[in-house]
Amino acid sequence: MKILWWRRVKIWSNSDRAMKTIYFDNNATTPIAPEVLNEMLPYLREFYGNPSSMHTFGGQLHKKIEEARAKVASLINAEPEEIIFTSCGTESDNTAIMSAVESYPQKRHIITTRVEHPAVLNFCKHLARKGYRVTFLPVDGLGRLDINTFLKAVDDDTAIVSIMYANNETGVIFPIKELGEILRERKIVFHTDAVQAVGKIPIDVKELPFDMLSLSGHKLYAPKGVGALYIRKGTRFYPYIIGGHQERGRRAGTENMASIIGLSKACELAKEHLDREPEYLMKLRNKLEGALLKLCPDAQINGDIEKRLHNTTNISFRYIEGEAILLRLNEYGICASSGSACTSGSLEPSHVLRAMGIPFAAIHGSIRFSLSRYNTESEIDKVIEVMPDIIKKLRTLSPYGKRVLKDCFSPKNLKFWLDIAFMNRL
Amino acid sequence: MWEYTKKVKEHFLRPKNVGEIENPDAVGEVGSIICGDALKLTLKIDKETERIIDARFQTFGCASAIATSSILTEMIKGKTIDEAIKITNQDIADYLGGLPKEKMHCSVMGREALEAAIANYRGESKPIEEKEKLVCQCFEITEDKIRKVAIENHLTTVEEITNYTKAGGGCGSCIPKIEEILKDLWAIKVPEMPKIKKKLTNLQKIALIQDIIEKEIRPRLQADGGDLEIMDIEGNKVIIALRAMCIECPMGGVTLNNIQEKLRELVDENIVVETG
Repeated sequence: MKILWWRRVKIWSNSDRAMKTIYFDNNATTPIAPEVLNEMLPYLREFYGNPSSMHTFGGQLHKKIEEARAKVASLINAEPEEIIFTSCGTESDNTAIMSAVESYPQKRHIITTRVEHPAVLNFCKHLARKGYRVTFLPVDGLGRLDINTFLKAVDDDTAIVSIMYANNETGVIFPIKELGEILRERKIVFHTDAVQAVGKIPIDVKELPFDMLSLSGHKLYAPKGVGALYIRKGTRFYPYIIGGHQERGRRAGTENMASIIGLSKACELAKEHLDREPEYLMKLRNKLEGALLKLCPDAQINGDIEKRLHNTTNISFRYIEGEAILLRLNEYGICASSGSACTSGSLEPSHVLRAMGIPFAAIHGSIRFSLSRYNTESEIDKVIEVMPDIIKKLRTLSPYGKRVLKDCFSPKNLKFWLDIAFMNRL
Repeated sequence: MWEYTKKVKEHFLRPKNVGEIENPDAVGEVGSIICGDALKLTLKIDKETERIIDARFQTFGCASAIATSSILTEMIKGKTIDEAIKITNQDIADYLGGLPKEKMHCSVMGREALEAAIANYRGESKPIEEKEKLVCQCFEITEDKIRKVAIENHLTTVEEITNYTKAGGGCGSCIPKIEEILKDLWAIKVPEMPKIKKKLTNLQKIALIQDIIEKEIRPRLQADGGDLEIMDIEGNKVIIALRAMCIECPMGGVTLNNIQEKLRELVDENIVVETG
């Protein structure tokens, strides 16, 4: 692995001198905070015992897990026993949906949105193939949910509604409180995938009417391979991973000690940072966004700028392709991501931007910058310095550079509309 | 992230022959912005010698699409059009020191643009046959193109077809169709024997039903902690009793239905399964 990594750096860097990485892809994953790593190390070195053991050496760790649970709970103002540790956000999402489906076997309807993370979207599609009726709620051009369509979709057969807190690609925040209040009245289980929101914005489960919430460690400066699921007291629960008695029988498997400790420390840090961090990130993000829109023609922001995560911006540079932009940015050590087809690994561009009805010319050239507490203003300045030139150069290469395209309603993207019709039918 | 060769990187970062020739002798345009890549190739051709004097390109697409276009213009400059037409997509990829297999469709796009440009020069307009069947709706790939690329590159799996043409890489609904094309292309054709269903005697039917339930259905139920027992068989009516975990299983109705489907498929299409 190490050899490969070096080769890559050699291939892609301009010179042999080490280049500083400028990391603006924090919605994909964040670095591990140094405080978090320090806290974890003893559990990787000396305290290797199994918390389920009878001897003190292992058994004492059980107390540590409970302390960790309390810290994670505290970030979202939950009770410790309402938290179970999982292996990742995806596991938390799958567990939540499966739990509701297993708990209400007579109910055969699931509601989610078209813009969910694949952890929810593909799991729901999987259940649709198993015979469940799934409603994928549409969003408008700014990525907002329509409450009326939502109201129409809810019925007595609905086992669970799973709607993300904030979108990973655009940062758009959904009205979880409003949706939850409607669902609470109708006594329908409500799960929210808050992987992108926890640690970035304040979340108080005592104020918000959902029954389950997923969070992931590596999006808030903890390591990969750990997540948590909040389950409100009184919610029917059925385990997804079945085996030993860990997590009071709600999630089997020997506890990932070090990572759980890491997650708890990360949650503690997030809580400390919550009062200042959003403002700092918003300042940086707005500077970046404003400058790029000013310096690059034919660029647009995707998503509702009124209700958005502070650290995320998704900008489309029309008529050029995202992978090409990313690799040119890579030359300067700048890391971002794109919704273009070439970067998705599936040949199809971002399902989120397609659901929003963004024209293809803009989807393929979409770039997401997602900031972390470790980013600085000088890093932002570097992007502002190099980006306009990259865009300009790629546009001179593009046959569409100068043309005005009407690609919104051509027979060529009939498939896109058929796609939506198909999802409605599901 | 893709593992691109040095040459791909070089041609992506510093592409050669970018732009559009004024009053070109040949123009080749392929792809569309919807599909995520498009290439416009313009050529200047010496009429007497039929030699390509100049070639320029404009590409909308990823790094490998840009590199492919750039290397293509370098490869064809100075060649006669008869020489140029012999360049295959594999030649283009080889020239770049290879492409990641998922990116081979970029080399195919290069070759197509070249073909289109030469056809344009020769005044051959590509006949648009109504019969030409679209296989992949997502990327508008025809059966002819799939067959052609499959033969030229000896592709035998759907995955390879997707890597080279993108067909099947979108919604995936055309994958069975591609499988069929490949089967048709590479298999030695044996005429299928029509299935003749013999009329079973009552005794044979009962034996067959018992056999299927014992060998196919019960092991599957037992794997999930369930079981069943045959109570009686009257004509086409099979009466069974669910046992073990199946008794309280909320999916019991589905199970029953599945058993009925299986028996209908293998024994008689009029079979009805009921619990006794």
